[in-house]
Amino acid sequence: MAYFSQQLINAITLGAIYGLIAIGYTMVYGIIGMINFAHGEIFMIGAFLALIGFMICTMLGIGSAPVAILLVLLMAMAFTAVYGWAIERVAYRPLRGSFRLAPLISAIGMSVTLQNYVQLAQGARPKPGGQIISGGYNLFSADGFDVRVTWLQIIIVVVTVVLMAGFTWLIARTPLGRQQRACEQDMKMAALLGVNVDRTISLTFVMGAALAAVAGMLFLMYYGVIDFFIGFLAGIKAFTAAVLGGIGSLPGAMLGGLLIGLIEVFWAGYFSSEYKDVAVFGILVLVLIFRPTGLLGKPEIEKV
Amino acid sequence: MTTAARLPFMLKDAALTAFVSAALGIFIIGFHTVDVSGKGLVFDYWFEDLAVAVIVIFFGRLGLSMAAGGRRWPALVLGVALGVAGASPLRLPSTFLHWFIVIAAVLIIVRAIWPWVDVELARMRHSTHGVAAGRAGAKWFGAILLVAAAIMPLMPFADQKTMDLAVLILTYVMLGWGLNIVVGLAGLLDLGYVAFYAVGAYSYALLSTQWGLSFWVVLPIAGMMAATFGVLLGFPVLRLRGDYLAIVTLGFGEIIRLVILNWVDLTNGPAGIGGIPGPTLWGAVFAETAPPGKQTFAEMMGIPFTGNQRLVFLYYIILVLALITNFFTQRIRRLPVGRAWEALREDETACRALGINPTNTKLTAFAIGAMFAGFAGSFFAAKQRFISPESFVFIESAIILAIVVLGGMGSQIGVVLASVLLIGLPEWFRDLGGYRMLAFGMAMVLIMVFRPRGLIAHREPSVRLHPVGSKT
Amino acid sequence: MTSSSPGPLIEVEHLTMRFGGLVAIDDVSFTGRPREITAIIGPNGAGKTTVFNCITGFYKPTIGRLTLRGDQEYLLERMLGHEIGQRARVARTFQNIRLFPGMTVLENLMVAQHNKLMTASGLSVYGLLGLARFRNAEAAAVEMARGWLERIGLVADADRPAGELPYGAQRRLEIARAMCTEPRLLCLDEPAAGLNPRESTELNALLVSIREREQIGILLIEHDMSVVMKISDHVVVLDYGRKIAEGPPAEVQRDPAVIRAYLGAGDEAGPDA
Repeated sequence: MAYFSQQLINAITLGAIYGLIAIGYTMVYGIIGMINFAHGEIFMIGAFLALIGFMICTMLGIGSAPVAILLVLLMAMAFTAVYGWAIERVAYRPLRGSFRLAPLISAIGMSVTLQNYVQLAQGARPKPGGQIISGGYNLFSADGFDVRVTWLQIIIVVVTVVLMAGFTWLIARTPLGRQQRACEQDMKMAALLGVNVDRTISLTFVMGAALAAVAGMLFLMYYGVIDFFIGFLAGIKAFTAAVLGGIGSLPGAMLGGLLIGLIEVFWAGYFSSEYKDVAVFGILVLVLIFRPTGLLGKPEIEKV
Repeated sequence: MTTAARLPFMLKDAALTAFVSAALGIFIIGFHTVDVSGKGLVFDYWFEDLAVAVIVIFFGRLGLSMAAGGRRWPALVLGVALGVAGASPLRLPSTFLHWFIVIAAVLIIVRAIWPWVDVELARMRHSTHGVAAGRAGAKWFGAILLVAAAIMPLMPFADQKTMDLAVLILTYVMLGWGLNIVVGLAGLLDLGYVAFYAVGAYSYALLSTQWGLSFWVVLPIAGMMAATFGVLLGFPVLRLRGDYLAIVTLGFGEIIRLVILNWVDLTNGPAGIGGIPGPTLWGAVFAETAPPGKQTFAEMMGIPFTGNQRLVFLYYIILVLALITNFFTQRIRRLPVGRAWEALREDETACRALGINPTNTKLTAFAIGAMFAGFAGSFFAAKQRFISPESFVFIESAIILAIVVLGGMGSQIGVVLASVLLIGLPEWFRDLGGYRMLAFGMAMVLIMVFRPRGLIAHREPSVRLHPVGSKT
Repeated sequence: MTSSSPGPLIEVEHLTMRFGGLVAIDDVSFTGRPREITAIIGPNGAGKTTVFNCITGFYKPTIGRLTLRGDQEYLLERMLGHEIGQRARVARTFQNIRLFPGMTVLENLMVAQHNKLMTASGLSVYGLLGLARFRNAEAAAVEMARGWLERIGLVADADRPAGELPYGAQRRLEIARAMCTEPRLLCLDEPAAGLNPRESTELNALLVSIREREQIGILLIEHDMSVVMKISDHVVVLDYGRKIAEGPPAEVQRDPAVIRAYLGAGDEAGPDA
C-alpha cells in the first residue's frame, strides 16, 4: 500500500508535467491540423533557459526561492515563446498551402536543428542545476516504507492545475479564446469575419511554447539534470498523452498526461524499468489503431 | 513601386530579424555553460559570437530582401563584401563564424543572380536543342553514373578512406531507394525505417555467429525477416492518416530499438554483437590469413594481400545490391501495383472508388521497402563486423528520409545526388562534426519551404501513348 | 427511349443514414434500371451525395438494403468500399473532381484498369519477368484507354499531367476513368457542375452514348435541369432526406410536391392557392 501510494504521488507529478507539454501539441493540432514535431525541443529549450535563469539568479545573489522561481518562470516563458513564434514563422507558415506531409517533414527538420543548436551552443554533456526546492512532508509510513510528498511535487501539481484552469478560462471566455476556437472550426469563415488568422495561429504557438517552458522549468527542478536530448522522449510521450486524451481537447491533454504518467511510473515500479518507454510507445500504437480520436475527442467523419 | 521607398521597409525587416535572433540567442548562446570540476556549472560568455552572428543575420536578411526585391546589384555588392569579410583573416571569436559569414554571402549572391540563371536555364530548356538534350541527358546521366561507379575502385585515388566513404554513400543510396518505395512512390511517411535495417543487421549477426551461416545464405533470409516485420507492423497501422502513420512508425522504430537494447539474452544488449564474419567469395575469405580449411582471397587469386581488397569486394556487393533495388523500382513502377502506389499517394479516396484495395497495396509497398532495408542491414553487419543498438537510432530514419525528400520524392537519380550531398560532403569536411546534423535539420526545413519537390522535380510517366519527342 | 422495362439494376430499399442525432436520409427507396439514366435531384442539402456515398461504400448505412444485380446479387451495404468497385463493379465520380493530378491522362486511365492488370501480371510476378502474357494485357489496356480518349477528345493530351487539363476536360476524363473499370453501374456526382452550355451538351451526348454503347445503368446527381430533363429516363426527387417523387422526367416536373420543394411553399400560385 505504501509503495503504491508513493508511486501514485510520483505518477501524478510526472503526469502534470506531461500534461503541460501535451497542451501545446493539442492546441496546435486543433487549429492547423498538424503535429508540431519540434514541440518537444521547445520544452527542452525551456528547461535550458530555466537552468541559465537560475544560475543568473544565484550570480545576482537572489536568495529567496519564490522570487527566483517567479523571475525564472517569466524569463523562460517569455523567451521560449519567442522560439515558438519564430519556428511557426520560419518552418510552418510558408507551408500552409503545401502538400500534406510538407509541414511534418519541416517539423522533423526543425526538431533536429534545435537539438543540435542547443548541443553546439551548450555542449553535449548533461547539465545539473535548478534544485532549489527541497524538503517535503511524510504522509504516512507502512511496511517500513515512508510515503513522502515533497514540496516541489505539490508546487508542480498546483502550478499545473492553476495554469490549466487559467487556460480553460482563456479559451472559453476571452475574445482571444473565441477567435482561436473560431479558427479551429472554420478558418476561412473566421478570416471572412475579420479574425486575424495569422496572428491567432502565432498566438497558439506562443501559448503552447510558454506552457512547455513551465514544464521545462519544473522538469529541471524535479530531476536536477537536463541535456539536449530530453525533448525527444518527453515530446513523444506528451504527444501520446495528447492523442490518448483526444487530440484537440484541452482537458483531454491533461487527462492523457495523467494517464501516461501513471502508466510509465507504475510499469517501471511493478514490471520493469527498462521497458517503461516501450509501454508508453505501445500505448501510443494501440490508441492510434483502435481509438484514434482518443478518450475525449470527437470522431471525424470523412468528407467525400 | 519605386525601389527607393522600399529600402526603409527592408531595413526595418532586417532589424526585426536581427532583433528576434538576438532574443533567441541571448541566453542559449550568450550564457554558454561549462562544467568545471569542483565548482559545478559556470558561465563562459559567448556574447561576442552572438553579436557577430546577429550582425551577419542583419546584413544577410537585408541582402536577401534586396535581391528578392529586384535591387540585384546592391545585393551582389553586399554579398561580395560579406564574402571577403568572411574569408579574410579577420579575428573572429570562432572559425564557425567565418563559415557563417561566407554562407550568408553565398546565399545572397545566389539569390541575386538566380533570376538571370533561371531565365537562361528556361531558355535552354525550351529550345529545340534543349528539349532533345534534356531527354537524352537524363538517360545518359544515369548511364555515366553507373559506369563511373563501376570503375571507381580501379582509379588511382581510390584509397582506403575514399573507398570507405564510397561504401557508406552507397549504403545510404540503397536505403534511400528502399525508403523511396514507401515514401516517394506510395506516399507513406515511415519514420521507423531504421527498424527494418536493424532487423536485417541482427538477423545476419545472429545467424552467422550462432549458426555459422554464410552471408549469401542469410541475405535472402534477412530480407524475408524484415519484410515479415514490415507486414506485421504495417498491417494494423496503414489505414491511419499521414501524420498519425508517421508517429506510429516512429513509435515502432523506437520499440524495436528498445527491445534490441534490453533483450540481452537474444541480442547481447548494449554490448552489441561482435566477431561477425564478412562475406566470402566462393568460400575465399578476405583477410590476411584464413581459418583452417579455408583459403584467403589473395591465395586463391595468387596475388599479394592488401587491406583494400576487402573494401573493394564490399563496394561491389553494395553496388550490386543497390542496383538491384533500383532496377526493381524502375520495373515495378511500370506494373499495376507500382502505379497503384503512386495513385494512392495522389488520392486514396479515388483509388478506393476504382476498386483498389488501399490496405493491401500500401502493405505491399511497406513490406518491399522493409525487405530492401533488411538486405542493407545484413550488408552493414557484414561490413562493420560489429553492431550495437546505437547504430539504429531514430536520427538514422530522419537522415534517410532527408535523402529521399531532398532528392525529390520518387526520383532515383535524386536519391543518389542527395546521398552524395548529405553524406559525402560532411565527411570531406571532417572538422564540421556537430554542424553536420545541424545542417541536415536546416536543409530539411529549407527544402520544404523553398523546393518541396526536391532536387529532381520532374516525374517520368510510367507509360506513354505517344513516343517521346513526337509533336503532342 | 426503350421501354422494355428490364429488372432493376440497383435497388435501394429503406435507406436511412443517421450521423449522431442528425438524420441525413430517412427511409428512401428507389430503383435504377440497366440501360437507363436515373437522375437524383433535389434542393441543396437534400441528402443526394449521402445516398451516393452509401451506395459506393463511403458511408455505412444505418438502415437499409442496397442490392446490385449483376452476375449475382451484391448487397452493397455489407461490402467494403473498394470491393464495391472491384466485385460489384459500381464506379463513381466525385463532386470535386478527384483525378490523380500528378499522373498523366493515360496513367489515370491505366490505374482504373488496375484489377484486371493485376490478375494478368500474376500479382506482379509475370510483370517483373517481362512475360508476354502481361505485356499483351498491358497493350490491350492501353488500347482501351486510347478508345476512351478518342471518345472524349483527349488523345493529344494523353501524356500530359492530368492536373494541367482545363476543367471541362478533367470532368470528361474522370468519367472516362470510371468507365475504364468496365462497371455495371456508373454513378456521377454533379458531372455538369461548372460546365458552360456547350460543354453540358457534350456531356449529354457522352452520357447518352455510354447508355447506348456500353448499355450499363447510370445514376446521376444533378442540379442542371437541362441535363436532367433531356437525357434521364427516370428521376428521383429528394428533399430534406426524404423521397418526394419518382418517375419519368415529365411527370416529376409537374409534380406539385416537387415544385414546392424547389420554389418554396406559400408565395406562388398553385392549384390550391
